[in-house]
Amino acid sequence: MIRYERVSLTYPGAPAPVLAGVDLEVPEGELCVVVGPTGCGKSTLLGLVNGHVPHFTGGDLAGCVRVAGRDTRTHPPRELAELVGVVRQDPASGFVTETVEEELAYGMELRAVPPAVMRTRVEETLDLLGLADLRSRPLRTLSGGQAQRVAIGAALTARPRVLVCDEPTSALDPTAAEEVLAALTRLVDDLGLTVLVAEHRLERVAQYADAVVALARPAGAPGPVRVEHGPPGPVLAAAAHVPPVVELARLAGWEPPPLSVRDARRRAGPLRTALAGRAPRAAAAAAAGPARLIATGVTVRHGHVVAVRGADLRLHAGEVVALMGRNGSGKSSLLWALQGSGPRAAGDVRVGGDGRAGGADPARLDPVARRRVVTLVPQHPADLLYLDSVAAECTRADADAGAAPGTAAAILDRLAPGIDPHHHPRDLSEGQRLALAIAVQLAGAPGVVLLDEPTRGLDYGAKSRLGAVVRELAADGAAVLVATHDVEFAARTVGRVVVMAGGEIVADGQARAILCGSPAFAPQVAKVLDPEPWLHVGEVAAALATAAPAEGAGAR
Amino acid sequence: MSRARRLPRPLHPVAWWVWALGLAVAASRTTNPLLTGLVIAVAAVVVARRRPDAPWAAGFRMFLVLGLTVVAIRVVLRALLDGSADGHVLFTLPEVPLPEAAAGIRLGGPVTAEGLLAALYDGLRLAALIVCFGAASSLADPKRLLKHLPGALHELGVAATVAVAVAPQVVVSAGRVRRAHRLRGATVHRRHVLRALAFPVLEDALERSVALAAAMDARGYGRRAAVPASWRRATAVCTLAGLAGICVGTYGTLDATAPRALGLPVLAAGAALAAAGLLLAGRRVRRSIYRPEPWLAPEWGVAACGVLAAAVLVTSGATDALHPPLQPLTWPSLPPGPTVALLVAAAPGWIAPPPERTPAPADTAPATPAGRRAREVAAA
Repeated sequence: MIRYERVSLTYPGAPAPVLAGVDLEVPEGELCVVVGPTGCGKSTLLGLVNGHVPHFTGGDLAGCVRVAGRDTRTHPPRELAELVGVVRQDPASGFVTETVEEELAYGMELRAVPPAVMRTRVEETLDLLGLADLRSRPLRTLSGGQAQRVAIGAALTARPRVLVCDEPTSALDPTAAEEVLAALTRLVDDLGLTVLVAEHRLERVAQYADAVVALARPAGAPGPVRVEHGPPGPVLAAAAHVPPVVELARLAGWEPPPLSVRDARRRAGPLRTALAGRAPRAAAAAAAGPARLIATGVTVRHGHVVAVRGADLRLHAGEVVALMGRNGSGKSSLLWALQGSGPRAAGDVRVGGDGRAGGADPARLDPVARRRVVTLVPQHPADLLYLDSVAAECTRADADAGAAPGTAAAILDRLAPGIDPHHHPRDLSEGQRLALAIAVQLAGAPGVVLLDEPTRGLDYGAKSRLGAVVRELAADGAAVLVATHDVEFAARTVGRVVVMAGGEIVADGQARAILCGSPAFAPQVAKVLDPEPWLHVGEVAAALATAAPAEGAGAR
Repeated sequence: MSRARRLPRPLHPVAWWVWALGLAVAASRTTNPLLTGLVIAVAAVVVARRRPDAPWAAGFRMFLVLGLTVVAIRVVLRALLDGSADGHVLFTLPEVPLPEAAAGIRLGGPVTAEGLLAALYDGLRLAALIVCFGAASSLADPKRLLKHLPGALHELGVAATVAVAVAPQVVVSAGRVRRAHRLRGATVHRRHVLRALAFPVLEDALERSVALAAAMDARGYGRRAAVPASWRRATAVCTLAGLAGICVGTYGTLDATAPRALGLPVLAAGAALAAAGLLLAGRRVRRSIYRPEPWLAPEWGVAACGVLAAAVLVTSGATDALHPPLQPLTWPSLPPGPTVALLVAAAPGWIAPPPERTPAPADTAPATPAGRRAREVAAA
């Protein structure tokens, strides 16, 4: 269906090709997952399918890509529209019309499909994706998962034979992501659609995949990207970044590795017995330090909408807390209110007191004093940056925070080593830009650090570095609150989890209790090893290492 | 047939706009406050009876307020700057002496009934035009109207729609960036203020437009039907010749010394050629309309009502009835012909099919609770 023949692509001004000599064939009806670290050419590989690369982006293409026999060199994206549907990370950015129904019909209108045919196809698509109730809803009132399903529907009404999805779930909460992936797999089963999907969070898609394309940049060399293609088991067994369930399989020596929780559970019997009674060690000593932030009855209103309703929260020195919950459950509003620059209708926030009493209300401090006690990295880190080089941003941050020169640069170097200080912040990758924003905000060494969705768009490597930095901050005595959808990141990083729903805090407790207690939030390892509350592979490995070697081998 | 016509359905947007334009043309032909008032009343009645409950249709009240504001501004300015002292002086404002340079302009002084009435009549006419426009845009979705543009102008229409949608997003992202800067502390240097705000916002807007352009490209926007080269040449020739004809014709009609043959005939020929060019160009754009509104008897009726009102007022000529004289002051009268024509223009309130009323959608909560319960059961 899709054929890459010795494809090499060099973007204008780039010293080396992004992809070099790629040979790949995706047969009809396959759900193929493209994995690999950020910046290794996943988006380029996907963009080649509908001619977006190089027709839209520019660049030098050698070799050729054929989709159903059509050469993308001679067909620009608009002529491949009836063959290839495209779904992007942010569905709202691609919407042209106002309501769900019109959006579904838009592509067909452009192709002059007769009105009667259009009508039936819109109805079919509404049913196929479960959108019938939303048909006349304005697009901007949809939730993330609904919007993404509309985007998929809009691509489908043109009856494409290939669907290309570039990180379709990375902005969604776990439930919404599941909703979208369920829709995708159903399409593969029902319509025999060929689907090519790039995804960072492999744990979500690996089990549905027929094949995996793994892109990897050879360590240490700026050489061309290595492309592996094959059935998911063997490819993932060899890949550098794998979902937790495959990591667990490597540890236990299961061959070939299971990809779904169900398969892993069926093999995990011996491992569960080997681990029985070895209760996981308590994570970081929780609630050890004095309270750094005390919030009582925080309420946030946006017009008639109550975004946060009477939230009580304490953050202690030395702990990392995850703030979880659906999209739109009030996480961001709470963070902004805690930081003091967002609106707060009622309630009290005290920051910087030592333990029980004292402390200042950040909303009353002036911005300069405020950022020295509590800092927030917003969802769009690029909003913070406005100077024209990385070095200038770091110097400015040091001056603003009254820190010793070089503080921000040092933090940046630890987070994302090897950034050229003369680069323009806009030229950095998503992960690097986030690192710079964090470095800028941490220069003042604040006692409370609030991070809003920092893991969005990060690959496994960047995520584990972020986790290390966050834990280090806590070890230095800061209190860290991270709003995140990423269950696996939370399982590895935090000691305590706060869950919000409908603007209220519905659960607050030890990460182990909360994450393992709810199927929607449970990490894969917990699901496999249920009922024992293991959170991540590291814990299991540590427990097995301390066990008698013979017993460890018995896990096989 | 008549029963089918009564079924609720949206009327063809072009019909509404023809009706509203006719009404506007009628209003522009008269300063009689009774007639312009009648135009406003007719528009209001029709809107009240046939307005759909969609978000874009909620703006009529705003247009009414705008019209009233225009009237008020005109009257107040006229009272302040009334130039003539002859007529019936109603009251006298204190006069502000102005420097020599402003000779001929008087601020304050006597206010005459004639001056105020003239301002009121003019203001009402303008208000009537505004209200006609407001009526059209709250009866028919402007976006649906754009879909009925000739094929050659289709892409222009889409650009307009997209631009309208992007504007509020720029405001949102400006707010977001400003809040982000407060997080950094209020030490953005004065020299950097504009840059600190403008750069991220512009960058955001640019990224958004590029993403949208890519998405539209991927969905087939800008496809061209294969058209023989001779057609394309004919299109270019028609359009260019037509535009030249329009230019020459306009010059001919405006310049009294030019030969008559250079006037209207050339203008008409140019317009015809340009229209042909537009039609030919439209052949390259192939598209269809989702759920097209049919053009049936009610559409003919609604459009005819507007055209009739315009025709009657245009052909009535400049009589005293349409332009009530102010010297001497007389009561405006209701001329029978135009009055009946305008009353007929209210008929769309009855002959147009009623709009569909969507039942208030039961707020569809995301199906998570059920889904989660199912998963919990499955996991147990």
